[in-house]
Order: sequence, then structure tokens, then C-alpha cells
Amino acid sequence: MTSRFREQLEEALFPPFVALLVALIFGDLLILSYGQSPANVYRLLLEGTWGNAYGFGQVLYKATTLAFTGLAVSLGIRAGLFNVGAESQLAAGGFLAALVGLALSPAVPAVIAVPICMVAAAFGGGVVGAIPAFLRVKFGAHEVIVTIMLNFVVLAFLNWIIANHLHVPETLHTPEIHSGAIPRLSEFIPAFHGSAANLTIIVALLAAVGVWFLLFRTRRGYELRAVGLQPDAAEYGGVNVGGVWFRALTLSGAIAGLGGINYVLGYKHYYEDGFAGGSGFLGIAVALVGRNHPIGVILAALFFATLSQGGLAIHAFVPKQMVEVLQGVVIIAVAMSVPEVRRALRQARKPASA
Amino acid sequence: MNPISFLTQMLRISIPYLFAASGGVIAERSGIISLALEGFMLTGAFSATLGAYYSGSPWIGVLCGIGGGLVFAMIHAIATIRYRADQVVIGIAINLLAVGVTRFFLKLAFASSSNSPRINGFPAKLSAHGFDNPLLWMGLLVAPVLAFVLYRTRFGLRVRAVGEHPDAAASVGIPVARVRYVAVALSGMLAALGGVYLALDQHQFTDQMTAGRGFIAVAAVIFGRWNPIRAGLACLLFAAAETLQIQLQGNHIIPSQFVEMIPYVLTIVALAGVVGRAIPPAALGKTEH
Repeated sequence: MTSRFREQLEEALFPPFVALLVALIFGDLLILSYGQSPANVYRLLLEGTWGNAYGFGQVLYKATTLAFTGLAVSLGIRAGLFNVGAESQLAAGGFLAALVGLALSPAVPAVIAVPICMVAAAFGGGVVGAIPAFLRVKFGAHEVIVTIMLNFVVLAFLNWIIANHLHVPETLHTPEIHSGAIPRLSEFIPAFHGSAANLTIIVALLAAVGVWFLLFRTRRGYELRAVGLQPDAAEYGGVNVGGVWFRALTLSGAIAGLGGINYVLGYKHYYEDGFAGGSGFLGIAVALVGRNHPIGVILAALFFATLSQGGLAIHAFVPKQMVEVLQGVVIIAVAMSVPEVRRALRQARKPASA
Repeated sequence: MNPISFLTQMLRISIPYLFAASGGVIAERSGIISLALEGFMLTGAFSATLGAYYSGSPWIGVLCGIGGGLVFAMIHAIATIRYRADQVVIGIAINLLAVGVTRFFLKLAFASSSNSPRINGFPAKLSAHGFDNPLLWMGLLVAPVLAFVLYRTRFGLRVRAVGEHPDAAASVGIPVARVRYVAVALSGMLAALGGVYLALDQHQFTDQMTAGRGFIAVAAVIFGRWNPIRAGLACLLFAAAETLQIQLQGNHIIPSQFVEMIPYVLTIVALAGVVGRAIPPAALGKTEH
């Protein structure tokens, strides 16, 4: 193992480790405040998630969506842009996938219908990502604020379409799609019966590989990372920074949008208002804890999915809202320890290199 | 449409925005990005409900609400100033944390996942329009007072200095970190008052009762170009749009969703600089200096 690689690994692993410890301590306090035994509650949490096939299937399902939004956010951060809009990009992607799935005839075979719906989902998210990208490149409008504001605009717009034009009466969802459904894992592994996990998970893994390849094995990825580290230097080196930013944020939106198929094509087979349910915002946490590396993002997605499914497993003893508190604690602890760990490691290395 | 009822309703709607946007202005003028207003409001509303419920007094509620906002603001301040954590990430995390904490303790204190029992608000003796509420008057005054503090006092000058050019401020002996701590603490307490107003006005806490108002306040800060008076006017404008929507309900002239979009669309337009570019304080969000 080269020392450079070891340094990077240390810098990447310390913050999540610290965060996990802090979260465990806070969890203990919350569980004790409810008069329960922490060991017992944590055991239930693990049994209800990784301890049985249904729970594990649910973890995989939730992790799939989070992997998409986490990859989306991390790709933006690699280019030096903070995409806070994954929530509405996810929703827009799911919406367009459902729209196309409704428009296609039931006669269209899945082999053709699913890819078409996937393109539609990526397109929906990509458009929502392209707007802040354009405003950033053309006018210098800060992408953080624009993506936050756009979340509200896009979600209100989708709500209007669903509530007034496309819903099944008495509900806030569209009719079921005619074509483009993605099979559940339980069709191949019966033990997963009842869980929402579906083959979208393979798309998520392919997306992670794709992002890794783009970032670390292509010229465009090299430019993207250079812009993220030092835009002025990259510009001086002949990189078109505006172009990189536009492509990065648009692609980021497209990845988040593609995540919409997990719910729409893989689970419910319709678009429902509010289905994103915070997965876009949690994608920020996933990117942060996963240190913006595709492998880290996948692991972090599994971690946050475990927490959120675990909340349901412990609900009989401690309110499931406990895991929402822990999610917040983990994000704050990681965000606080990243600069601190970097400084500490740098200091520790100084005497050795001098 | 009755102009008096329009005006009174607009003012009542604007109060939480006015408090929170003033909090946002002071934090951002000191150089700290303020995306946690929503979380501060929510904890303010919940702490106020706890205080008012157990004491029976709305004033104790106000104090507890301010205290709740202060605690969350200090988490924000320590993470971003002492530990130099990313301000956007911390802001979003505080909002998530506030939702989780209020839900958990709502369950713990009142065994409910939706709302608290009824609490005492300020008694309405003189008028039915809410003008007996001292918080309403405070809310209307907060923007002008903040403008005075920012532009006419030593502390205000220091806040603006550390937000524009922390190095220069430090070189003339201004304690940059301390000024920012105070600014963020004030922002948490002010935003919390917006939540306190909501809880006392509705006589209870309900899950996620701030419902995005903190982000409307963020929009007002930017649309008002980080100036307290302009931000206050933006709050009134957004409140007027909302009032119009409520009073026209049933007419179906404009769908409600499009009225909801107004603050956000205006802010995006302002950021893109179509009519006078909105330019943030120079050191906003910079962690290394």
C-alpha cells in the first residue's frame, strides 16, 4: 500500500468513524430518555434490517434511491458545485418516467419500454439540473440558493399537475403505468417477498461504476476534478470552466432524476406527489459521509438506509423519530470532523516529512 | 375584498417571515450562510410550546422559545466557526435535526406524533385581529431596529466588516470569531421568535408547523439584497401574495401552487441579476481566511 493511498484512506475513514461513535452516544441518551435499554434497542435495529430478508430488502430498496441522489450530489461537489436540488430532480425524473410509462402501449416489451422510461427520468432530472447550471455559468447566480428555490418551484408545479390534471380520484398519484415496470428482486429470490427491492439496484451500481469511470479514467473527469479543486488554475490550463460546470450540474440532475425509477418503475408503478420524501436532501448526507467517492457513496447509502429502516424496527420501543435525530447528528459530526481530521493528519505528518 | 381585513391578515402572515429574515440578514452580513432559519423557527415553536404548556404563561413560552433557538444556533456557530464545517451542509443538517428533535420530544412529552395539547397564547382583550399580541409589534419593529443596529452602531459596523473582509477586520483588532458567534446567536433567537409567534398564535405545536417559512425568509434575505429594510419589505410582499391567494380562494383565478412559487421565482430572478444583481457579502460562506 503506497503511503499516499494510506493517507487518503485515513482522511476518508476517520470522520465517518468519529460520527458513528458520536451518533451511538446520542442514541444511547435518547433511548435512555425513553426508559429503554440501548443494547436491546440497537439489537432490534440490526435484527430488523440486516437480520431478516424482508428488512434487508427494504434496506436495499431505500439505499438504491439514496445511491442515486448521493452520486448526484457528489458529482457536483467534485466539480466544486453544491447541488441542493436533488430532491426536485428526483421528483421530476420519477414524474417523466411515469408520464412516458403511461403514454407507451402495454404491447411494448419491457426490454424497450424500460430504457425509454429511464431516458425520460434522466432527462427530467437533467432539465431541472440544467436551469441552475445555466444561471450559474451565464449570470454567476449561486447554485446553492437557485437549487433550493427551484426545489419549491418544481415540487409546487408537479403538485399542480397531479392535483388538477393527472390524478386518480381521491388520491395524489397518477394511474398505473402501462409499460416499463421493473421486476422486483422477490421474483428471483423468493425470500425478499413483500419488500420493495427491485432490479433498479443494478442500475444504481452501474451508475456508480459509470461515475467512477468518468471521474478517474477520462479526460473530462480529470478536467471536472481540476475545476472542482482550483477553477482559476484549471481555466489557466485551458479548461472551459463554464462548460465543465454546465455539464457537471446537468449530469448531476440527470443521475438524481434517474433515481426516480426506483419508486415509479420498480415499486409502485405510478408517480405519487411527494414520493421523494427527503431522499434528495439525504443524498447530501450520503455524499458527505461517502467522501464523494462512488464506493463511499454506496456504503453511506446502505448506512442511511439502515438507519431509516431501523427506525421502523424499533418503533414499538422508542419512537422511530430517533433515527431522524441520529441522521442529523451524523451529518453535523462528519461535517465538523472533516476539516479537523485533515488538519490533524497534516500536522502529524509534518515531522516525518521534514 | 375588504382592505382592512387584507392588511391585518397580511401583517399577521408576515410576522414569522420578518423575524426569521432579520435573523438571516444579521448572520449573513457577518459572513455565515444562513440556511438553518427553518430549523431555528421549528425549535423555537416547540420550546415555546413546552414552556407555555408547563408554566401556563405565554411569556415563559417566549423565553423558552428564544432559548431553544439559541441552543441550535450555538450548534450551528460552533460547527461553522470553530470547526469550519461547510456552512451549507450544517444549515441543512440543522433543519433535519430540528425536525427529528421536535418529533422525538413531541412524542416523549405529549405522546403524540402530530400535535401538542392546547397552550395559552396572549389574551385578546382589545381586538380580534391579533393586535393584542406583543410579538406582532415586535415583529413589525425588528427590521427597522436591525437596520439601526447594522448601520448606526459599533457592533453593526463590526458585523459588516467581518462579513465583507475578515482579514482587514482582524488586522484592526476586531475579534472576527466572537462577532460571528454573536451574529449567529442573534439570528437563531430572532428566527426562533418567528416560530414562537406561530405556536402562540395557533395555541399549539404541530409537526413541521413552520412548513417552509424559514426558506421564504431565506428568499426574502436575498431578494432584499441583505439589507434589513429591503428584506422586511420583501417579507411584506411575499405575505401580501399569500394573503391575496387566501382571500381569493374559490375564485380559481391563479392556482395556489403558482402563488406559492412567487417568492422563489422572484429570488431566482434577482440572483440572475435581471433587475439589479443581488450581490452577497464578500466573505459569505468562506471558511478559510
